[in-house]
Amino acid sequence: MSSAGDPGRPPDSNPVSLSRHDVIHVARLARLTLSDDEVALFTAQLRSVLDHAADVASLDLAHLAPSTRPIAVENVLRPDEPRPGLDRGDVLAAAPAVENDRFRVPRIGGEAP
Amino acid sequence: MTDARALAAAVRAGERTAREVTEEALDAIAAGDGALHAFLLVTPDDARAQADLVDAAVTQGRDPGPLAGVPIALKDNLCTRGIPTTCGSKILEGWRPPYDATVVGLLRDAGAITVGKTNMDEFAMGSSTENSAYGPTLNPHDTGKVPGGSSGGSAASVAAGFTPLGLGSDTGGSIRQPAALCGVVGMKPTYGRVSRYGLVAFASSLDQIGPFATNVADAALLFDVLAGHDGRDSTSLSSKPELTVPGLEDGIDGIRVGVCRNLIDGCAPDVVARVQEAAETLAAAGATVEEIRVPEFAYGLSAYYLIAPAEASSNLARYDGVRYGLRVDGDDAAAMNTATRTAGFGAEVKRRIMLGTYALSAGYYDAYYVQAQRVRTLVMQAFDRAYGSIDVLLGATAPTTAFDLGAKVDDPMAMYMNDICTIPSNLAGHPALSIPFGTGVDGLPVGVQLLAPALEEALLFRVARVLEAAAPEGVRSP
Amino acid sequence: MSGEAAWEMVIGLEVHCELATATKLFCGCRNAFGDEPNVNVCPVCLGLPGSLPVLNAFAVELAMRIGTALHCEIRPSTFARKNYFYPDQAKDYQISQYDQPINTGGWLELPDGSRVGVTRAHMEEDTGKLTHVGAGGRINSAHHALVDYNRSGVPLVEIVSEPDIRSAGQAKAYAAELRGILVATGASDGRMEEGSMRVDANVSVRSFGTDSFGTRCEIKNLNSLRSLGRGIDYEAARQIALIESGERVVLETRHWDESAGRTESMRSKEEANDYRYFPEPDLVPLVPDAAWRERVRAGLGPMPADRRSALVAALGGSASEAEADQIRAVVDLGLDELVRAAVDGGAPAPLALARAANEVAAQSDAGLVLTPESFAALLALESGGQLSATQSKAVLGLLLERGGGDPSAVAEELGYEALGADFLAGVVAEVIAANPDEWARYVAGDDKLTGLFTKEVMQATAGKANGKEVAAELRRLRG
Ligand SMILES: [Mg+2]
Ligand SMILES: [Zn+2]
Repeated sequence: MSSAGDPGRPPDSNPVSLSRHDVIHVARLARLTLSDDEVALFTAQLRSVLDHAADVASLDLAHLAPSTRPIAVENVLRPDEPRPGLDRGDVLAAAPAVENDRFRVPRIGGEAP
Repeated sequence: MTDARALAAAVRAGERTAREVTEEALDAIAAGDGALHAFLLVTPDDARAQADLVDAAVTQGRDPGPLAGVPIALKDNLCTRGIPTTCGSKILEGWRPPYDATVVGLLRDAGAITVGKTNMDEFAMGSSTENSAYGPTLNPHDTGKVPGGSSGGSAASVAAGFTPLGLGSDTGGSIRQPAALCGVVGMKPTYGRVSRYGLVAFASSLDQIGPFATNVADAALLFDVLAGHDGRDSTSLSSKPELTVPGLEDGIDGIRVGVCRNLIDGCAPDVVARVQEAAETLAAAGATVEEIRVPEFAYGLSAYYLIAPAEASSNLARYDGVRYGLRVDGDDAAAMNTATRTAGFGAEVKRRIMLGTYALSAGYYDAYYVQAQRVRTLVMQAFDRAYGSIDVLLGATAPTTAFDLGAKVDDPMAMYMNDICTIPSNLAGHPALSIPFGTGVDGLPVGVQLLAPALEEALLFRVARVLEAAAPEGVRSP
Repeated sequence: MSGEAAWEMVIGLEVHCELATATKLFCGCRNAFGDEPNVNVCPVCLGLPGSLPVLNAFAVELAMRIGTALHCEIRPSTFARKNYFYPDQAKDYQISQYDQPINTGGWLELPDGSRVGVTRAHMEEDTGKLTHVGAGGRINSAHHALVDYNRSGVPLVEIVSEPDIRSAGQAKAYAAELRGILVATGASDGRMEEGSMRVDANVSVRSFGTDSFGTRCEIKNLNSLRSLGRGIDYEAARQIALIESGERVVLETRHWDESAGRTESMRSKEEANDYRYFPEPDLVPLVPDAAWRERVRAGLGPMPADRRSALVAALGGSASEAEADQIRAVVDLGLDELVRAAVDGGAPAPLALARAANEVAAQSDAGLVLTPESFAALLALESGGQLSATQSKAVLGLLLERGGGDPSAVAEELGYEALGADFLAGVVAEVIAANPDEWARYVAGDDKLTGLFTKEVMQATAGKANGKEVAAELRRLRG
């Protein structure tokens, strides 16, 4: 994103076609497991979508600022006033596992990235 | 049970009770929805309780609201306090939100009766309602056909006469396209006009809630109830919306209509023919009609299928098995997250999460995501140019009438092409509407689409009212 | 040449500061420490489907105060999503300012006059709190974990320094000075032990005279100034040893283990580095106008450095090392106003400073209720000789205990009558304690020193003591 605000810069290069390896990597990033068949299917399907997107990838739009949102609004703020939240019982009742009024999860393999 | 205004007037006048009207709707659903599967959940007790409140207000001489006693179907991505909200996904099966979406509160305040939650493509990702984890909804006009999507359940409920009104959400056409395929009126408001608080996010910068109705005036009335500022949504517009109902019958004398070739070319000939007839109708009613080209619209589809999945990949990260919804256990937290998401999401959702994750990931961000946002700027500027010389754009809503169930499920790109005419308005945040205008060669409904600049909903409804009055004979009730 | 002398440390600090708002950054839940778990939660900070964030105006105000105090440019800013899965992250992304932070390009001057650049000071939300259960709570071997989301969404400002720091001592001075500024701006209580201020250190080493940077490691879990210093010294030594033995430093995050006194690798998974930042579509740009920026600037009180200078000025323009320490303590605890008011009211500056830095500081929470008038009146009694130092401290203790009061009345209540026998004995004892050598000579028979002691006692009592009584007391003490 650091280059998003750099108007003079063309896109990274033309991305090469999506590979099986990319699909496996992206699935891991997104916390999904794919079977071998799914990897093959998704590789083909995502490739067809990205191939279609080649029409925009090749446009020279460096002179245009990217639009994050459709309608320009600024400075939307709320006063620092407490509002009632949710009842803890209701909140914890929705949880898959609870212990000592906290959400219980399996052990965490490592520190936050 | 098709005219919301007539029902509300009767209830307000004490000629009919809300309870009676509600029972009729519940009966209609009970009798007919087995064949259509428009609803994922019907809530008779809750509906009766709401109706009784409306009737009590009438009895006590209090204003029961402009939608007094009118049954309405809610897309199942709108949070309803204590009532299951699944988004058509296994991952939220059984989840009962602890709060109501802002629009749900507005409906209750207006006296409307929410009767249940309607089927949808999982997390609103799809154009046929076949991507629901709970099975597809069928088109009320032909049960071999899809109702469109992703708000197929609400569109079908209104088309089938179960409820006079429905709510949907439109990220890339998810209200307008099913409205077209089901032969009802469907409208996507200006981005920020209707609060998104309590709408389960698909793509935050594109999502808008909007009305389904059998006729323009009902859609306008429902929109007027929904529109307005909400302090809980930072993207909610603060300017006070103009009411659309009062000017509905003002006509279109002198209105400049641009028939947009880029929203027509490539559509099926019967659809193209209906759009041409609509243009002639508007000309005959006093509008100046000209052809216009906005070639930038052609890039909308690609931009949309990068931006929407990118936002979705982040919005759907929270379904991790920790706080609510499905959990499938694993050795550690990461394994639990992965098992949960792998079991809980359907194929289309996984496809889009992966596409969006890829578009945002290191090395591809500029080429895909940023480039798509530049295309968005390009499309917005193209709209501005077009609106320099015309007031509304006219085009098709969808390339074809309703297609066969199963016809496109294995070809995502073919399915995505359904949104080609509706996407530009989402990218720009502009309002757009689909109105039934005759039928195709197969006898199924055709919708034509009207597009207007930001905040011009009143103009859209006014033009649509002219088309409605002149609409060719076609399927009205299935 | 070998050994640490050949090496230079290059240190940059990232300080996360919890803002002292009433509510969280994006929702109206209470921002409170120490409540029962999961009581301050709502759809927004639990990341429930359909919820949306709305920015807290006062959090922005505090972020602007911090930026102003650190001489930053306050700029139009946006929020982004930092995407990563972790159970304490309710939405599995953190809303944080990324490429367009609110504050950039400032600096912080340390008491020794050195300056450390401030790259940026941006807003972001805190995570929930994890408790690891089993195996003594160690993260990697715990059986399971529990999550409390009370802290989820609490507003943070992350202050990132330039890699300008060159020693553990300077890092500690930076953290201490920054803490003083955060407290002075009202942005934070600065309590490291409660986690309201958390410091991570980026440490690398290079041979003296080189301009390029060595490979750095980020040290986390530095929960006190002492840990910060120890952690940096350990890490620099570790890196030097690696390099000198021909190995290479690996870019990584390391965890400071205070009890073991060492840093440990906490190598995270390969996916960790791809946060897929993108602009947060649920929030809109924040563009503080010139009027708001000026309002914040004008509303800012003096910062610790200015306040220290003011005390030095009150001392007459210079301070001894001991007084400089007292000044730092007094300013850190926010007691400088009390001192200055007392001095303005006629109290001797060294006395006011000493009483504030010692007796008042010892009960610094109570110090807040001691009015400057009451403090000044007490110091007037002591410096005027009506109370001995010992008596004055006793009266002050009672005043602090009671949350204020009239020092004369308290003195009377304690039976300290002006220049009574007890009082005179107290003063004489103090004078003796202050002149131990002279006392030894007097005890040994040097009677000429009676004059010196009498003169000192006269000075301490503003001439109110009786010379004969002083001499009698001196004789009595000599026995
Ligand atoms: Mg941070
Ligand atoms: Zn909250």
